[in-house]
Amino acid sequence: MKPRGIRGVIHKIPILVALLLGAMFAGFPIVWVLSGAFKSNFDIFNYPPRLITQNFSFDTFKVILTDPAKVRYFINSYLVSFVVTILTLLVALLTAFSFSRYRFKLKVPLNMFIVSTQALPPITLLIPYFGLIVAVSLYNTYLALILTYMVFTLPYAILLLTGYLNTLPKELDEAAKIDGASSFKVLWRILVPIATPGIASIGIYTFMQVWNEYLFALTLTRTNDMRTVPVGIMLLMGSQTYKWNEMMGMSVLGSLPVLILLLFFQRYYISGMTAGSVKR
Amino acid sequence: MSVNSGFVERINTKSLHRNAGDTFKRKAIPYAYISPTLLLILVLMIVPIAMVIGYSFVDRAVTETPSRFTWLDNYAALFTDGVYVEAIGNTFAFTIVSMVVHMALGMAFALILNTKSLSKVTKAIFRVVYILPWMFTAAIIAVMWKLILNPSGIVNYFLEAAGLISKKVEWLGSVNTAMFSVMLMNIWCGYPFYLVSLLAGLQGISEDLYEAATVDGANGIHKFLHITIPQLLPIIVSIAMMDFIWTMQTFGLVWMTTGGGPLHVTEMISTYTYKLAFTRYKFPLASASAVILLLFCTCLSLVYVKIQRARD
Repeated sequence: MKPRGIRGVIHKIPILVALLLGAMFAGFPIVWVLSGAFKSNFDIFNYPPRLITQNFSFDTFKVILTDPAKVRYFINSYLVSFVVTILTLLVALLTAFSFSRYRFKLKVPLNMFIVSTQALPPITLLIPYFGLIVAVSLYNTYLALILTYMVFTLPYAILLLTGYLNTLPKELDEAAKIDGASSFKVLWRILVPIATPGIASIGIYTFMQVWNEYLFALTLTRTNDMRTVPVGIMLLMGSQTYKWNEMMGMSVLGSLPVLILLLFFQRYYISGMTAGSVKR
Repeated sequence: MSVNSGFVERINTKSLHRNAGDTFKRKAIPYAYISPTLLLILVLMIVPIAMVIGYSFVDRAVTETPSRFTWLDNYAALFTDGVYVEAIGNTFAFTIVSMVVHMALGMAFALILNTKSLSKVTKAIFRVVYILPWMFTAAIIAVMWKLILNPSGIVNYFLEAAGLISKKVEWLGSVNTAMFSVMLMNIWCGYPFYLVSLLAGLQGISEDLYEAATVDGANGIHKFLHITIPQLLPIIVSIAMMDFIWTMQTFGLVWMTTGGGPLHVTEMISTYTYKLAFTRYKFPLASASAVILLLFCTCLSLVYVKIQRARD
């Protein structure tokens, strides 16, 4: 930007005001929660409110990270999110390869079906899942969460990966085919290495979907040692005495992985999230 | 879909010269690759949907063995249940208001971030800030807003200091403000989806269109109405449809803040279904309610798919 003098600055004022008001709306609740995590529980509703109190401390985080029950929430969330992300990427990759490189009768209807499954209400599936999972004794296990989460992560991953593989030149695999490589080798040795950025961004999106899931985690687990972070935060809310600072601390720790992913992979992230609407 | 035709034709012409077994093998390959997905779809989608539809027509389900087929009794029971009808109304009110405000805010922020008078760095920083609300899980959003909307919280403090209210408002606990409060929360966390989609769309509109309009003497509003909106229309329609479907399914945010109360003023189809199933154990009724929600969403997604296909 070149400086345009006083006139340019005055011209900018309304835009800057709007920009700051918008940022206040978006950012203030987050800043307030962040500040709450460093307060003692008594200071949370102090009048007048202060962003930073004289009792500023990291005690809340110490309390959370030394409480085995709360640490377990984080372990569960990381474990389930990682496993679902890996499994989703593997299965989606095979399907996307088929969609992108072959022509077959079921392709178009199946593709349409996968698009439309994104509209399925989770609560509709929850009731039969509950019945099924209890019937096969998977209630309150990791496997129950992992399997059911795949239903929501897979359609999006397939659609995005198919789109991504379609952008890679077919000459690559054709050449390998002529050299006698099997189709699986084409996928694994040729397409996967060059598709890594796309796979990574879809993986990030999948991870976030799972990390943030609440309804299934609430219903398909029962004991404290199987709960994930969102449910753990909610359980704190339901306890007799509100430990506001601990809820804030859990919230900060619970949003860190997703925020870090956002900051470092912003471009991938956004393109992943909007691909469904902007592109196809 | 035609992008890979060269490759496929090559396979097809080759296979003409081979024996039948080989043709079968070639035809089976794509199905082998999609088989894990097909299996998951069958076990985790088709079967459960069939099950939930089945549950909705019987008098006992899930925790009890079904005894008889009751036709549409469960559906009739729901539609004569005043709270359920109210929940449908609430769901649509919540969804439509959220959607309209999401769109307005998303568009406003996208236009601001697309102005040329701001430096790239400023735009990048504010873009991240504006997108932040999107990143949080419903539990965290619920905690956040319970904190700031608490009767002794910061929102009341500012309103009191400004002289706008004389006594503390129970934002989430009062019949008059609870719906507004859950809408506000959903607006806060939902507009970034519009923002990023619309911003991507705005950046794709050719500068020439605006220049030509300027030459013809069009002002900012004209340009917005006659260039920006028509150019963005496909994006606007598809994100609005997706948002409508997702917002209708909102559960966690409402469940963790008001639980559908007070006096059912924030009761949604999803929260009521959950209560029917998991606090009252009336699984057949809950299933009927879940099927109704499924029908709403399926109708909308059919429209969505139709619009998408018309675009291609």
